[in-house]
Amino acid sequence: MDLGLSEEQEMLKKSARDFLQRECPKKLVRQLDESDEGYSSELWRKMAELGWMGLAFPEEYGGSGRNFLDLAILLEEMGYNIVPGPFFSTVVLGGLTILTAGNEEQKMRFLPKIARGEMILSLALTEPTASYDAASVNTKAIARNGEYVIKGTKLFVLNANVADYILCVARTRKTKDPEDGITVFLVDARSPGLKCTLLKTLARDKQCEVVFDDVTVLEKSIVGKRDEGWPIVKAILQKAAVAKCAEMVGGAQAALDRAVNYAKERVQFGRPIGSFQAIQHYCANMAMDVGGSRFVTYKAAWRVSEDLPAALDAAIAKAWVSEAYGRVALSAHQIFGAIGFTMDHDIHLYYRQAKAAEIIFGGADFHRAIVARELGL
Amino acid sequence: MDFKFTEDEEAFRRKVHQWLKHEIPQRWTELDPGIWEETEESWALAREFQRKLGQKGWIAPAYPKEYGGLELSHMKRLILSEELAYNRTPMSIEEEITVNWVGPSIMLFGTEKQKKEYLTRIARGDVIFCLGYSEPNAGSDLASLQTRAVEVGDEYVINGQKTWCSYGHLADYCWLAARTDPDAPRHEGISIFIVDMKTPGITVRPLINILNRHSFNEVFFDDVHIPRENLVGQKNKGWYQLVIALDLERSSIGYAAGNQRIIEELIKYVKETTRNGEPLANDCLTRNELAQLVVENEVARMMAYRIAWMFSKGLHPSYESSMSMVFVSEVMRRTANAGMRILGHYGELDRDSKWSVMNSRIMRMCLSSLSIGVGGGSNEIQRNIIAIRGLGLPRR
Ligand SMILES: Cc1cc2nc3c(=O)[nH]c(=O)nc-3n(C[C@H](O)[C@H](O)[C@H](O)COP(=O)(O)OP(=O)(O)OC[C@H]3O[C@@H](n4cnc5c(N)ncnc54)[C@H](O)[C@@H]3O)c2cc1C
Repeated sequence: MDLGLSEEQEMLKKSARDFLQRECPKKLVRQLDESDEGYSSELWRKMAELGWMGLAFPEEYGGSGRNFLDLAILLEEMGYNIVPGPFFSTVVLGGLTILTAGNEEQKMRFLPKIARGEMILSLALTEPTASYDAASVNTKAIARNGEYVIKGTKLFVLNANVADYILCVARTRKTKDPEDGITVFLVDARSPGLKCTLLKTLARDKQCEVVFDDVTVLEKSIVGKRDEGWPIVKAILQKAAVAKCAEMVGGAQAALDRAVNYAKERVQFGRPIGSFQAIQHYCANMAMDVGGSRFVTYKAAWRVSEDLPAALDAAIAKAWVSEAYGRVALSAHQIFGAIGFTMDHDIHLYYRQAKAAEIIFGGADFHRAIVARELGL
Repeated sequence: MDFKFTEDEEAFRRKVHQWLKHEIPQRWTELDPGIWEETEESWALAREFQRKLGQKGWIAPAYPKEYGGLELSHMKRLILSEELAYNRTPMSIEEEITVNWVGPSIMLFGTEKQKKEYLTRIARGDVIFCLGYSEPNAGSDLASLQTRAVEVGDEYVINGQKTWCSYGHLADYCWLAARTDPDAPRHEGISIFIVDMKTPGITVRPLINILNRHSFNEVFFDDVHIPRENLVGQKNKGWYQLVIALDLERSSIGYAAGNQRIIEELIKYVKETTRNGEPLANDCLTRNELAQLVVENEVARMMAYRIAWMFSKGLHPSYESSMSMVFVSEVMRRTANAGMRILGHYGELDRDSKWSVMNSRIMRMCLSSLSIGVGGGSNEIQRNIIAIRGLGLPRR
């Protein structure tokens, strides 16, 4: 057993941290949070030049041939710095799905472009029920002369406002089994009938309502097999949950680092507040939460990376990290006192990130239910 | 022991409730400003409404009749506070500070002239004070404050900087703590002043809070001349006055009542919402979560009732108030978090967003509740008080 990072991974981590510190300062983060697009095309281009988008794609598709664990380490650094933009939706939700479930033509068509930073993807899965189960997929895709016509409303779709293509999860058949009859389509975001509205959220991330009003797609835009899309979605959700945990671990680490630094500097009653036992205990609890989160996440990421069954470990990680990051962010706020309650200070960016990350791809309750199921309860 | 309110008290509750139901302006309900979300418009509406409330004697019901109060019993005041908070009465947090800290301090330490000048106006809802305590280097350690007030002839000249001054840009007066003797030990050289916010030399600079609203400010005092008679109480004894004021009726009942309303709205929401083809109210995790909130909020309410009861018996709660404040602040944070979990993605939506639910109160509470438990004595400081004053643990 070896829980350490390889030399290559250490390098990736360090170079990512340096790069993001330089190229994605908090001033930019705020600007992007406030903008409608939510990403910087310049930063996007530079990230692509570093090979980040294609990190986990094989070389034949323009990638660097590294694995999911490496991607998780990169995401951890992105979470540490906070990098607004469609990286997660493009690479994790879009790219990895096409890589694992797409056909050769789709891979050749999309992956190199994603790797070069020339294409943004998004996944339209959740609907007004806001949950991640098969029964909630009610958007219909009806076959008509070799084409499909999609109709329905998708909600909380990440970065759809800037996406070139949207992976749309739709129902092509209704039987007693809600997992049967689901199909994944690659839809051109400029298709007639497709309308995207930005939602205003706590984290100021760019979640959208996407309405498919009789959007026509060709048969060849199906990813995987018709009616057999649910296993694909399940696999995306599992990877996404783990990838999100990695991002959260980074964010939690950053919140801890900032709080500890502040506790060392801020003087009240003639001594640094970090010398008060109350604050020390907060910091100790935060450190435990961050450490615990990191290793359950790495374990799940490693299993995904090695193609081992990961349902249980992914659910354990998301159940734990969702709540742990929330606790860390809250304690950080407590340590910062009033200054943390301002828009100008950076710590709220982490609190917001923690909240959004907790919810997306299912919160702790959702994943505890999976844990119970996986244990045969 | 008896947990019942008397018939007279129940009748009073109904009366207040009915009155509020009819009088709260529609526009206020539309604006629905949560804590720290006042705008100039909502502030003006609240001022107007408070004057009406003042006519009924319900702003400062505890004050003596000669100063516009009703000398209402502690239990009725408890009921009134509950109803005001539950019904989301147009008022700002500064109202509470003015009525419950400033007014009583003037009553205890002020001159006859000051009592005449301010108390009736406070009770009528005519004036609002902001609190000039915190400074960049004086937060929890308030006694380290550095703003100076120098006596020159029959004036004091004030120089220095205050921060986190809530609604300093809208308030009429500042209740200011400043250092009058820099050579004395830290607790011995502080005095309290009333400063008209329109006095030349005062600069108010906005600080934007986490809800992206302008609620608090930095306030700069640059050779600000105020009449000597604006000193409240004894020169250099301000710290002791201030500590006594902090111990004055600080009731958490408003928070518990406001939180109760939120919990009820969550319950309504889960009853009306279907998830996976089933009413959300049938989901056992959701039921469990809501039940827990109801339980915790009831505990918080009883802690607040206990404070009112102690007062009614002529007892003086101190660390008991800290316990009730710490507890309710944490219940509010847990309510916001549980609300987020129950609403899921919908909980993230801000108020003018498409698809937002419950007027995005949960999302806003998720942010605003961070301040409860920091401002006005952090939970760590309150726990220190509980440990030292309440449990007699050693200070060092
Ligand atoms: C929304 C809001 C409105 C406010 N409005 C006003 C206002 O109108 N007027 C005004 O004067 N002030 C106002 N304040 C300021 C408030 O009084 C201070 O925030 C509070 O006193 C804490 O000070 P601080 O923020 O500087 O934190 P600090 O004192 O720097 O504390 C930082 C952390 O250290 C901890 N700490 C400090 N000392 C100890 C100790 N001895 N033991 C253990 N832990 C300790 C604190 O609990 C906290 O967790 C407001 C604050 C907020 C958030």
